[in-house]
Amino acid sequence: MARERIRVLVAKPGLDGHDRGAKVVARALRDAGMEVIYTGLRQTPEMIAEAALQEDVDVVGLSILSGAHMTLVPRVVQLLRQQGQEDVVVVVGGIIPDEDRPALEEWGVHGIFGPGTPTQEIIAFIQDAVRQRRGQP
Amino acid sequence: MAPVEELVAAVLAGDRRAIARVLSLVEDNGESAHRLLAALHPHTGRAHVVGITGAPGTGKSSLVNALAALVRRGFGGHPPRTVGIVAVDPTSPFTGGALLGDRIRMRELAGDPGVFIRSMATRGSLGGLAWATADAIQVLDAAGFQVIFVETVGAGQAEVDIARTAHTTVVVEVPGMGDEVQAIKAGILEIADVFAVNKADHEGADRTAMALEMMLDLNTGPQQVVHHGQLMVVAAPPPEDAGKGKGWRPPICKTVAVRNRGIEELAQAIEAHRAYLQESGLWQRREEERAARTLETMLQEELLRRVVAAHPPEEIASLVRQIAQRALDPYTAVQRLLGEVPPG
Repeated sequence: MARERIRVLVAKPGLDGHDRGAKVVARALRDAGMEVIYTGLRQTPEMIAEAALQEDVDVVGLSILSGAHMTLVPRVVQLLRQQGQEDVVVVVGGIIPDEDRPALEEWGVHGIFGPGTPTQEIIAFIQDAVRQRRGQP
Repeated sequence: MAPVEELVAAVLAGDRRAIARVLSLVEDNGESAHRLLAALHPHTGRAHVVGITGAPGTGKSSLVNALAALVRRGFGGHPPRTVGIVAVDPTSPFTGGALLGDRIRMRELAGDPGVFIRSMATRGSLGGLAWATADAIQVLDAAGFQVIFVETVGAGQAEVDIARTAHTTVVVEVPGMGDEVQAIKAGILEIADVFAVNKADHEGADRTAMALEMMLDLNTGPQQVVHHGQLMVVAAPPPEDAGKGKGWRPPICKTVAVRNRGIEELAQAIEAHRAYLQESGLWQRREEERAARTLETMLQEELLRRVVAAHPPEEIASLVRQIAQRALDPYTAVQRLLGEVPPG
């Protein structure tokens, strides 16, 4: 069954309070025709995974500016797998040093977007990844 | 994809992944949606469905958060119950996208397996919204959630439709949102079973509550009006029409949702309304009214589908052109499509 709408969870795990980036991305994805569930600040990996489950999203977007991505991201990915959502597209935004990228990608992160990424690039990436996930041409 | 029977069994067993999947399938209204809902139907009808409606920024999400947390704990002799939440936010008419932010205010409920929250966008037509919401309620009801809160942005017909789906409708007002005429314009007095004056720590809360009281008096009591210069008394409307059924006057509860003040009183009022519906037999009557509307709408959809399927699109397009050019009237066109008049 072909779903048309792309549902995205935008979440901020961890303790940093810088949510401007997450809000800009959420707004851009909405304007690109997606349904964006925004959960707000200071979410634990457990809260994020549970929300992704209840909302049956295609994509989970994590915004992290605290430097804790190497602990938070694998935990979220692991929880998603445990609950049978291994096919959800995971993207990470924020301040991610280049040397951390290979590890994140190996853990199953599909896309990493640093500061200054044009929102169009994120939109195109998500649309593409979701098409592949759904097996659409 | 798991076959319908497997999904249904999993929903009935309370499997959260299955509940989420079925909610999506039902919302997308695909081919399996009808079979899923048909299979779930015998297991529905147990939940108390509570609609929470009001203008944007009145604190509906915070109220739902506080109420749900209270229902989960149990209060006033009511044991703890499980809670389903359907939070509806508008779809942008320009892009088709939506920003669903009700979860921000519901973080207190995270991690509780007795709570299931689902955000929904209004998507297409407003009438369709009521439909999709009703279907989502059915799924959560079948999954065994005992109290289901449906949160909607307060404007117009969609609210009235959703109020018809809920057993109990709570209308949320806040101080300083204009005078009581605004409330009349919005048409919300008729659908409210309970009023919450939220943000009651703000100035003007008493005035807002009093204005609502006065509006209710006008709605239920005999009215004096000046008609052609003469003072006349207009009898009260029949009790059945007053505040949705005789003997129920919507209570007005003052709340401060973010400080958890007045929440128990509001929850008690919601419970009292449920008890009232059940004791008066109105619960049953509402269920029957809803069943009648559902049947009628589904019949309309199915008949329309059949008629459209029975005619090639060019034929219908040609009829439309003729009507627009005034070569044919729509009444005759309908008769023709139904085969009651031979094509002219």
